[in-house]
Amino acid sequence: MSMRTPLSKVRGLGSAKSGTEHFWHQRLTAVANIPLVIFLIWFCVSKVGADRAEMAAALSNPLVALMLVFTIISVTWHMRLGMQVVIEDYIHSEGSKLICLLGNTFFSLAVALTGLFAVLKISFGG
Amino acid sequence: MVELVLPKNSRVGDGKVWPKPQGANRTREFKVYRWSPDDDANPQVDTYTIDLDDCGPMVLDALIKIKNEIDPTLTFRRSCREGICGSCAMNIDGTNTLACTRGIDEVDGDIHIYPLPHMPVVKDLVPDLSRFYAQHRSIEPWLKTETPQPRTEWKQSHEDREKLDGLYECILCACCSTSCPSYWWNGDRYLGPAILLQAYRWLIDSRDEATGERLDNLEDPFRLYRCHTIMNCSKACPKGLNPAKAIAEIKKMMVERRV
Repeated sequence: MSMRTPLSKVRGLGSAKSGTEHFWHQRLTAVANIPLVIFLIWFCVSKVGADRAEMAAALSNPLVALMLVFTIISVTWHMRLGMQVVIEDYIHSEGSKLICLLGNTFFSLAVALTGLFAVLKISFGG
Repeated sequence: MVELVLPKNSRVGDGKVWPKPQGANRTREFKVYRWSPDDDANPQVDTYTIDLDDCGPMVLDALIKIKNEIDPTLTFRRSCREGICGSCAMNIDGTNTLACTRGIDEVDGDIHIYPLPHMPVVKDLVPDLSRFYAQHRSIEPWLKTETPQPRTEWKQSHEDREKLDGLYECILCACCSTSCPSYWWNGDRYLGPAILLQAYRWLIDSRDEATGERLDNLEDPFRLYRCHTIMNCSKACPKGLNPAKAIAEIKKMMVERRV
């Protein structure tokens, strides 16, 4: 049984003096995701049944390629922030929490970089 | 990990069914959570039948009647019996509220009464609120000033005083905080809606000179940002206050001071 006072436990290690950036970026990417995801859905629907050559032609348009790049960055960033909150909410043992947070960052980065590489490769005619 | 089921020694069983009153025309059954630290028994729900023609109109009246006339071992907190002290906060019919302001006729069917959720239980309907009070202490809920004048009371415009409306009325009953899932899972680090509403009450006070320091103290992924706008707090508040809005205002202040 801990002999620490309730106030000492509540104060803990003190304020991290952060969190606002996380909160703000989550809102920022949420707003950005609205037009970007609408574009993505429109783009996918309009290319249903297209072959590789047709897709490559569409992606050679820098505007289309850039929109997809923005979408991948914004969505994976938002995904990482959101998942981080879920992990912090529900996983309380420090070890598993750290592993999950690392995994979350690596997974989001892998998804983002793979997507970006694919878009750029096709866009540049590879 | 979050515990989704109660530990074995906390599972609630059926308890004693107390005798019904003789010759009563209008009765209601009260199913009340019982647990005592004095034995190793699991918690149980006792059933008491109350003659409504011989009882006051509020749930607290019925609890007092049970304690006075049926079962003196029933333990609960109460003081003012008019919604201003916050002592009789408990979970009635699935909602955290004050027993003294919840009418018996507002509940359909049997009346289920439990202590405030997810807090350690001292006995029966009495939760241990030590941490809750320590959290309140941690936000330093008093006027902080450095300017030596005036040495008498500090004045405030009518407009600035109005900003405290909807905040100063909080009676710290803990109904909101103990209705918040985020507080259930992370109550050791998240301050919870009641304390954050109190924090905002001092942040917005025009006389206070420690606003920045107060914001520094709150700017933390757990202390403040565990609020996910679930809104149970505003729904539960028996005083009709809106802690969720107060928390949103704190978040706005946090953003405002950096952009």
